[in-house]
Amino acid sequence: MAKRAVFYLALIVFMLAAPFVFPVFKTQLATVWLMIIVALTWDMTGGQMGYNSLGNITFYGTGMYVAAVVTIALVYDVGEYTGSSGGGIYEFTDGQYFAGMFLGMLVAGLFCSLIAIVIGYITFGLRGPYFAIGTLGVAIAAGELVSNWEWVGGGQGIALPVYPGDLEDGKVLFYFLFAGTGVVLFLFLKWLYTTRFGAAINAIRDDEEKAEAMGIHTLQYKLATWAMAAFFVGIAGAISAFQLIHFEPLESAYQTINLGIFMVVCALLGGKGTLWGPVVGAILFHVFKEVTWNYLLGWQWVALGALIVATVVYFEGGVVGWLMERKPHWFNLPAKADEATGEDQP
Amino acid sequence: MEQFASNFGLLLQFPVVNLKIVIDGVMIGALFALSAYGLALVWGVMNVKNLAQGDFVIAGGYVCWWLSQKGLPALLGVPIAFLVMAGIGWVVYKVVICRVIDRDLFTTLLATFGLAIIMAQMLNLMFGSDTQSVDLGYETLYFMDGFIDVPIAKLLGVLMAAALAIGVVLFMKYSRMGQAIRATAQDVRAARVLGINTDKVYAFTFSLNAAICGAAGAIIVMVWVIQPFYGITHSVRAFVIVTAAGLGNLPGVIAAGLGIGALEQYGAHIFGIGYQQAIAVLLLLLVLVFRLLQQRRVRQSLQ
Amino acid sequence: MSAIIEVDNVSKSFGGVVANTGISLSVERGTITGLIGPNGSGKTTLFNSIVGYHPIDSGSIFFEGREISTLPVQKIARLGLLRTFQQTRIYGQMTGVDNMLISLPHRKMGFADAFGRNGPEEYERAEALLEFVGLYQKRFLRAGSLSFGQQKLLEFAMALMNEPTSLLLDEPTAGINPTLINGLIDRLQRANAEFGITLFVIEHNMRVIMNMADHIYCLAHGQLLAQGSPADIQSDQRVIDAYLGAH
Repeated sequence: MAKRAVFYLALIVFMLAAPFVFPVFKTQLATVWLMIIVALTWDMTGGQMGYNSLGNITFYGTGMYVAAVVTIALVYDVGEYTGSSGGGIYEFTDGQYFAGMFLGMLVAGLFCSLIAIVIGYITFGLRGPYFAIGTLGVAIAAGELVSNWEWVGGGQGIALPVYPGDLEDGKVLFYFLFAGTGVVLFLFLKWLYTTRFGAAINAIRDDEEKAEAMGIHTLQYKLATWAMAAFFVGIAGAISAFQLIHFEPLESAYQTINLGIFMVVCALLGGKGTLWGPVVGAILFHVFKEVTWNYLLGWQWVALGALIVATVVYFEGGVVGWLMERKPHWFNLPAKADEATGEDQP
Repeated sequence: MEQFASNFGLLLQFPVVNLKIVIDGVMIGALFALSAYGLALVWGVMNVKNLAQGDFVIAGGYVCWWLSQKGLPALLGVPIAFLVMAGIGWVVYKVVICRVIDRDLFTTLLATFGLAIIMAQMLNLMFGSDTQSVDLGYETLYFMDGFIDVPIAKLLGVLMAAALAIGVVLFMKYSRMGQAIRATAQDVRAARVLGINTDKVYAFTFSLNAAICGAAGAIIVMVWVIQPFYGITHSVRAFVIVTAAGLGNLPGVIAAGLGIGALEQYGAHIFGIGYQQAIAVLLLLLVLVFRLLQQRRVRQSLQ
Repeated sequence: MSAIIEVDNVSKSFGGVVANTGISLSVERGTITGLIGPNGSGKTTLFNSIVGYHPIDSGSIFFEGREISTLPVQKIARLGLLRTFQQTRIYGQMTGVDNMLISLPHRKMGFADAFGRNGPEEYERAEALLEFVGLYQKRFLRAGSLSFGQQKLLEFAMALMNEPTSLLLDEPTAGINPTLINGLIDRLQRANAEFGITLFVIEHNMRVIMNMADHIYCLAHGQLLAQGSPADIQSDQRVIDAYLGAH
């Protein structure tokens, strides 16, 4: 127990100190947290519930746009603002900026939950591959629709006001926003997976038909899980919107094959269906990506595809799954009948 | 909005426009049906939902385009794309697919999605991201006072697609390999017990699928355009068609393919070309919801 | 006595194959009712029709007076009508106890209850029921690694955990060690008597069903052939002919 406490304490200290110890890497570290958030939320449905979404990026992009629209709408007319494409002079006071940011994050999260329930109501009747393809389709379509929607800037995207004050302080703020969201999400999931809710979504993953036959409200659980995941992704999107300042619909908001697939790869690499897997995977993947990306000279996307294929084909359980096989006693896994020394009757 | 409404009004005002849209849609839909048939084949026989389907199509298109750039007759590109993609399909099966075939559905889906990314990006690196097409230089036929234009190249494309489809059907029906494929589709274990080498059957089916896609792509580059990242839209279309028609239902696949082609042309006419992917996806969701309601009536879910 | 499950003139065919024709029967509340018949006589089809695995062609099915023949599986399960599978279905990756806890009656819980944890009360109940079916020693083992017979017992315990009003059992003794069958009969009878669960049982083992059931229906060729007390059925010439293959 004491060991565990020391471990968590060290993590917290590292988390708090990181942006000051490595000041050059503030934005990089923030991105790691973003990856952790999207990987953990992807794993809620993908790993714990057995519903593999390829379209969670929809919530990220929607979160960005909702936050931007809320912030602008508090002060100006959105259509005019985006129509001027940076031509007009639009000032935001500090108060307006932070009010927009706070409200934007909140509304983004709630709006994305709502969207998840609506889309989920249609797509959760779909099992297995249909769900994955359906959600991927939704993400692709959402990007195209938004990039055709002039009111939010069309293909040009939206520019938000810059952080008022020292930009380095801004980077620290964004780091802690991401980190705070990530920690809250982690603790939330740590608790959620020990409740009956967690058991129920695991049951849906293991045998949905049996779960139905036992009278579990499967649709309700599926919708609730996805809505919770969407809430956190939406918030992450909102933070990204302020961090990026200017974003486009296809390149940065609904980036289907960048972040949309990264989150899946992170979860798989770390080990899906575990609490720590997506966290480990996100950190490993981001480090791998940052170290190799620039040396691959255009071949990085090919390498990404190869990484996906290699992970699913050869490294199914991910890092944590691999550890579980090697060191089962670390994880309190249930023993198999033939391994147990039972003196009991059959 | 007014734009959409006026586009729609045009359809009512000039009924002949409808005919033009349907003819265009049906001609391109015939090619969609071809790659959808390939998807139905691998789905039915080896239970692989191939998300790289559209990228096989695009790759086949680039084979044909590259040959015509080198001065070879473009029509020769169709059989060559067929053969080249058969080879690529075989390699893909041996390297990736045969290792995921017995695993859960998402594994195959994600593995093929990874393949799709690899293929699209490699095509992008090799040929650039511009849209490409091959001009066969044939004339265009005009009907109804010039309202309806049918390029001979498109007509030729439909004929080639039909010939290929008939060839594949005959092959499946009468050849030993075709019979083995159909036997495997019905019951893998029984087929194995009866001495069919199912691994060989799988490899053959997958490379046949890639070849069909390749030929479809080679025709598409002659009658339409290709671009490295158009693959995913073709994949979505293939899924729409197969989901609508069901597995092992060739007439259904053809009908759905032609229907999707026509509906997409209508969508493009009303909403503009900028919504191409969104329209394909919307059709997918519509088909899925429809199938879902159908299933719910028989107290089942869509598996 | 009143009927809890009423099957009224139900027919079901798959393509051209007729599985059930015009079957009418009723299961009295609080009893153990048997359903027998040669292989392929349509017993499992009838069970699947009752619990909602497929639509029926004609007729109607009532549970506690409510028409259920158009409801999906989960709604029927939430009414308190449960079934076990011929091919046992349990959550193989979880322990026995977890399998039991996931089987808590969700129909009696509100949505907020899902966010609670299981207290000592639930654990006690789970362990008591595992004890009841004789799996107490194996409660922390991975359920998927238990033998087929043990999985079957676990599935039975899970069904009891769900506190159903009525339970449909599809061949509960198939694949179970013959030495355990007496114990299983005893447990089924106790479940019926102590928990007040109405049991409707498909069974091939004549000794089991004759010892246990209050009333027995016999199907043959998709039709109801005979019904009555175990003694009646045993002496019914039509039943004997059906089993021996005479027509």
